[in-house]
Amino acid sequence: MTAQEAQVEVTAVESAHRRAARRHRVLVHLTQLAVLVVVLGGWQLTVQDNPRSVILYGVPSGILGRLTTWVTEGTAIGSLGDQIATTLEEALIGFAIGTALGIVCGVALGRVRFLSEVFGPFIKVLNAIPRIVLGAVFVLAFGLGIESKILLVIVLVFFGVFFNAFQGTREVDRNFIANAGILGASRWQVTSQVVLPSAFTWIIASLHVSFGFALIGAIVGEFLGATSGLGVLIKQAEGTFDANGVWAAMVIMAVVALAAEWLITRLENRLLRWRPAQLAGPDL
Amino acid sequence: MRAEKSPPAIELRRVTKRFTTDSGAPYTALRDLDLTVDEGEFCAVVGPTGCGKSTTLTLVSGLERPSAGSVAVHGRPVDGITPGVGFMFQTDAILPWKSVVDNVSAGPRFRGVPKKEALESARDWIRRVGLAGFEDRFPHQLSGGMRKRVALAQNLINEPRVILMDEPFSALDVQTRAKMSDELLALWDLTRPAVVFVTHDLEEAIALADTVVVLTAGPAATIKARFRVDLPRPRVVQEIRFDPRFLDIYHQIWDALRTEVDIAYSQSTRLDDDRRAS
Repeated sequence: MTAQEAQVEVTAVESAHRRAARRHRVLVHLTQLAVLVVVLGGWQLTVQDNPRSVILYGVPSGILGRLTTWVTEGTAIGSLGDQIATTLEEALIGFAIGTALGIVCGVALGRVRFLSEVFGPFIKVLNAIPRIVLGAVFVLAFGLGIESKILLVIVLVFFGVFFNAFQGTREVDRNFIANAGILGASRWQVTSQVVLPSAFTWIIASLHVSFGFALIGAIVGEFLGATSGLGVLIKQAEGTFDANGVWAAMVIMAVVALAAEWLITRLENRLLRWRPAQLAGPDL
Repeated sequence: MRAEKSPPAIELRRVTKRFTTDSGAPYTALRDLDLTVDEGEFCAVVGPTGCGKSTTLTLVSGLERPSAGSVAVHGRPVDGITPGVGFMFQTDAILPWKSVVDNVSAGPRFRGVPKKEALESARDWIRRVGLAGFEDRFPHQLSGGMRKRVALAQNLINEPRVILMDEPFSALDVQTRAKMSDELLALWDLTRPAVVFVTHDLEEAIALADTVVVLTAGPAATIKARFRVDLPRPRVVQEIRFDPRFLDIYHQIWDALRTEVDIAYSQSTRLDDDRRAS
């Protein structure tokens, strides 16, 4: 076989592989589409002929209709954009503060043994109480504005980030710390250039879950008492026997959560680009 | 006379190091260890596994304090991380989230050298260890031997007068290891810092060092004997082992080392027997 023939053969094998991979992807997407059609179509067909069920359970066509009216005519409590903006504002501000606090406290307690000995038990106790209940306290204390919701979000986000930052700080390879110390790093330089980057693998993993908590905190806070936001929209839909409205608000929240997830994954890839590429596996 | 004029690079006097094991029982790693390394001397420390070779290095670097006795570097007692000392670890200790050039320039940057200057000198050292063109790679993109070169450059850029090496090449394959040893000797020859090179490989020790120190089997290890290696420099690590003088020295040191290896081995197997009996 000449070199040219070998080259042709390699190219043929490569393109065969690519074709097989493409066929596989198409098959996966088609199956996903089929699952969606079966679930939503089944729902639609089961419910649509029974007016009582339509009111109690909602129906896909009704949800779509509700979403369209909200977008075109606004909701009963103001424009849809305002409600989304309120909830997002609460979630994002709380998420940012909660994450920052969690990282600072986690790294500090992970680095300074005395601090972890003193504050460790307190944090365990605080983590053990059902924090969502604090929302009621915050609404009573800080009113119906966004402050009480931001506080609730902070409380929900903080602990997840804190425990991961703390554990990540504890798991830093001792050799990295020793090496940096010998090269002349101060304690602060060790923290900022060795401990933090190393702990980021852990911290970022917690951000995926924490953003979900941030949305839950904002919505629950709005349930407990507010004048605008997606939580108010859901509560108001529930109060008027509008199951389609509840579902429609959930669809909006899902879209927001997916967008946030996408952003966090981007951030993750950017901050952790020093890591070897992950082995290919099912993308979940 | 000379010792009075300039203190030795490293001086350990009657050093004892005790640890508390996880079960709470005290463990004596080193006892009454005396070791002197002169300026510019390449000293290899060999001994059976678990005899406290690495502990000696952590004491000199200031990562650990002795339980008794004194440690001095250039005549100054060690308290805290010793300045002017480089340390090459057995496992990779270069930072995986920093590129090669950022890793190598880390030392100067930590010490407050302006960024531009630090990067310039880092590029210089990267070239000297033969990694030109790899400045922007991350450690995971490099081979084991290349990562060792980065670690070497990372240390040498600080121009240490003392370099401590803890089996730095033990994870490398035999050929890469010999190449690295040759390059280490060439780089060492440029500035001639004092080196303490810990290894369990006697051939490597003799090929590299001016003196070979044999430690006794642990626990409570101490120095058993000290040998001068009067082979001419420059040496080629892969070829010097065929030198008849090399074989003489090897036989001498091996006689001292063998008994210790036997003791260490019988201890480890006795522990196994005890465990089986209980």
